[in-house]
Amino acid sequence: MEFEPVIGLEVHAQLLTKSKIFCGCSTAFGADPNSHTCPICLGMPGVLPALNRKVVEYAMKMALAVHCRINGASSFARKNYFYPDLPKGYQISQYDLPLAEKGCVDVDLEEGRKRIGITRVHIEEDAGKSLHDEKTAYSYVDLNRTGVPLIEIVSEPDMRSPEEGAAYLRRLHEILVYLEICDGNMEEGSFRCDANVSIRPQGTERFGTRTELKNMNSFRNVQLALEYEIERQAQVLRAGGTVVQETRLWDAAARVTHSMRGKEEAHDYRYFPDPDLVPIVISDEWIEKIRATFPELPMEKRDRFIREYDIPRYDAQVLTAARALGDFFEETVRHCGKPKTASNWIMGDILALVKEEKIEIQDIPVSPKALAEMIALIEDGTISGKIAKDVFQTMWKTGKDARFIVEEQGLVQITDAAELDSVIDTVLAAHPRQFEEFRNGKAPLFGFFVGQVMKATKGKANPQTVNELLKKKLSLR
Amino acid sequence: MNLNELTIHELRDKLAAGETTALAIAEAVFRRIDAVESKIHAFISLMRESALEEAAAADRRIAAGDATDLTGIPIAVKDVLCTKGSPTTCGSRILENFVPPYDATVIAKLKAAGAVIIGKTNMDEFAMGSSTERSAFGLTRNPWDLERIPGGSSGGSAAAMAADECIAAIGTDTGGSIRQPASLCGVVGLKPTYGLVSRYGLVAFASSLDQIGPFAKDAEDCAIMLNALAGHDPKDSTSVPAEAPDYRMFPGREAKGWTVGIPKEYFVEGIDPEISAAVNGVIATLERLGVAFREVSLPRTKYCVAVYYIIAPSEASSNLARYDGVRYGFRSAGSRNLIDMFKQSRLEGFGSEVKRRIMIGTYSLSAGYYDAYYKKASQVRTLMRQDFDEAFKTCDALVTPVTPTPAFRIGEKMDDPIQMYLSDIFTLSTNLAGLPGISVPCGYTTTGLPIGVQFMARHFDEGKLLTIASALERETPFEKRRPAL
Ligand SMILES: [Zn+2]
Repeated sequence: MEFEPVIGLEVHAQLLTKSKIFCGCSTAFGADPNSHTCPICLGMPGVLPALNRKVVEYAMKMALAVHCRINGASSFARKNYFYPDLPKGYQISQYDLPLAEKGCVDVDLEEGRKRIGITRVHIEEDAGKSLHDEKTAYSYVDLNRTGVPLIEIVSEPDMRSPEEGAAYLRRLHEILVYLEICDGNMEEGSFRCDANVSIRPQGTERFGTRTELKNMNSFRNVQLALEYEIERQAQVLRAGGTVVQETRLWDAAARVTHSMRGKEEAHDYRYFPDPDLVPIVISDEWIEKIRATFPELPMEKRDRFIREYDIPRYDAQVLTAARALGDFFEETVRHCGKPKTASNWIMGDILALVKEEKIEIQDIPVSPKALAEMIALIEDGTISGKIAKDVFQTMWKTGKDARFIVEEQGLVQITDAAELDSVIDTVLAAHPRQFEEFRNGKAPLFGFFVGQVMKATKGKANPQTVNELLKKKLSLR
Repeated sequence: MNLNELTIHELRDKLAAGETTALAIAEAVFRRIDAVESKIHAFISLMRESALEEAAAADRRIAAGDATDLTGIPIAVKDVLCTKGSPTTCGSRILENFVPPYDATVIAKLKAAGAVIIGKTNMDEFAMGSSTERSAFGLTRNPWDLERIPGGSSGGSAAAMAADECIAAIGTDTGGSIRQPASLCGVVGLKPTYGLVSRYGLVAFASSLDQIGPFAKDAEDCAIMLNALAGHDPKDSTSVPAEAPDYRMFPGREAKGWTVGIPKEYFVEGIDPEISAAVNGVIATLERLGVAFREVSLPRTKYCVAVYYIIAPSEASSNLARYDGVRYGFRSAGSRNLIDMFKQSRLEGFGSEVKRRIMIGTYSLSAGYYDAYYKKASQVRTLMRQDFDEAFKTCDALVTPVTPTPAFRIGEKMDDPIQMYLSDIFTLSTNLAGLPGISVPCGYTTTGLPIGVQFMARHFDEGKLLTIASALERETPFEKRRPAL
């Protein structure tokens, strides 16, 4: 029997606010344990939470980006459970009145575009971290992360394959990073994902029993875990068994999931409205104010690049992967009017150097205007594409502009036919043996002669002119 | 008269006139404490050293002409409010060694006003109780009869007031914990409107009901204290962002022409006849002053106790989850694993009444019971508020007894939680509705126990309560009487 997987994802994203959600402590990652704490986030007796308004604004951005309806009034609830890294014994979250509900995002799959429903987007606080020392049998608690703002984005069970799951995740990740509200770092846990998975016989409607998967800390692991779990459930059913409702942990090293707790051990979180906080009231004006600050989102930008600049989808995808890169591209095109050439340069030389030197897009030492001027020099025949590669390297290293480098180093392209004719004559005269072989039908030697001409002109010869002249010369003789 | 027996306004005037010093007042108070505290046990801890320093600082401030009404005034604080660097126990073993690293907002305000904090008063553990018998550090006795309870949970503050061990005191009121002991100890006690006073630094029992308020020797002192306590605090989201008036203008005003409602559900069988008589005496006195009375109905009164004992324990079960032995407070020794440590620390650290309420609350919030208990109780609470809204359409204030009986004997209700819960029957509703309420001395039983009368007003209408209390004081100054100790 063929099975169809049904997947829903819950994403937790840490928001990039400077201070925590209910106190003034820093949210910076990697500080000494318990150094970013105060009576409030330590859950001392008597303290009260005071909501950081920025958290609401960031959460609203995401909610609007995934087309959710923002509730005019939403409220906080307490999720009660005991754990050493949860200082108050409850987590402040949202329950029956979340910030926003009923949205969707589109994802691009090989077979086309698919819409995934978003059930809700809500605000909550992160818990601390427990560190277990196996050797001494001691556990340590670090509460720096306690109270770091999170949003939880819950999808509808709309995904039908691990690939769709991964595509949806990448899409959310891309939007969060684009909005500059989350750094998206999966290893450090600022972007986390849990999955609900069930399978059902192909063509049937009823949902199967689902399991919840946790502990997947990369896109690849999410996909691998989903693949594993779908296959595991299928094997259980094929063997005549039943899938048990439970929470399972992904073991990335062993590439398996194993049971963490069953339904009967599931927590009763005893949610109830948090009496220490008043409802979050959001006016239409506030929503419009947030919307006005909205950047163009990656998918819309991608579609526009294809439409407006007539570049391939692949190029559009690469160029919109980061907001700054898309801006760089557009600025370059604005100055030179050559989208495909600009795209080639950015995707090729620039991204290679960015990767090599491990720098941010914002820190690229060549400005879009400078790149555009260099492209213009290629376009008007001043320099060849090949020379341009060297010119660009010099621009990157020295910050000088292209025209200055070309003039300084005498790199202006030789297009003058008479001048090149004489160079070709010299080259042919210097290589009689190769010339002979060429004439006897060894066609690839054409490239050899082009190379020799370029070498003789230190690369400055216009390759197109050289080609034409050589062809003429070789066929004449 | 000894300095410790005077009111805030009397001492303020003496200080301003240079007739005494803050240091002399503080010393008088501590002399009194040394003399009577062994009989009363109003305090869990005293802050003698810092108090004398604060008094000296107050004298410098007075000399510099920078005094407020409270500069140099010794104040006792219920041990549920965090005091930076001084133990704050909430009457519980589980916080026996807890020293807060910060001051509650009201403590900071009192200090800023130049008040002298003399010590932390006894209370039922985590404010859960009506007799101050539920403290892990021993019970407090009623100065009017040492065999009787002072009321609770702010019994230490009320007893310290009645015994003249302080000039004013701070309590907290979740279901009557200021008004009931004020009534049983013969002093003025005010529970402000929910949201008027910041709860930041008040160790939470039931967050939607808790309010901090003053014990005072008369209405004018009550107004002075309220001036210091009231006001918006950005650290407490439930504190109301509005400017509080100068409450000193309300005592001394006339209540003539007002209409005061008598909720019929509060005058029922089972009230001690001496209390009924005293409250009727209050009505007669005020009628003489031109106040009109009319019967009103608060039909949901009968649900008060049930609603309160679902909502308060539910919130408490969550508020008290932080006492797990991990970061501060009591941790049981020798636990073998994490769950064991949680369980043993809480088992040994909490007293039986606290555990009872944690269990009631946990049950009420559990999956499958939430709708029938917590949610239903919240809905009834909304209806109760509407009852009050209706009554206040025609009334400036309401008058009721504070308690059904005067102070009962120590141990009398310890084995009967329901009887204990019923001693708050007349005070719970104001907390559920978020309204202000005041308890004013209005007489004595034939055996010499104080009786109080309660007035309730609209939200943020504390001014009316102060006006009516001061009117009553002028006619029948019961608050001037003191027990013989
Ligand atoms: Zn903090």
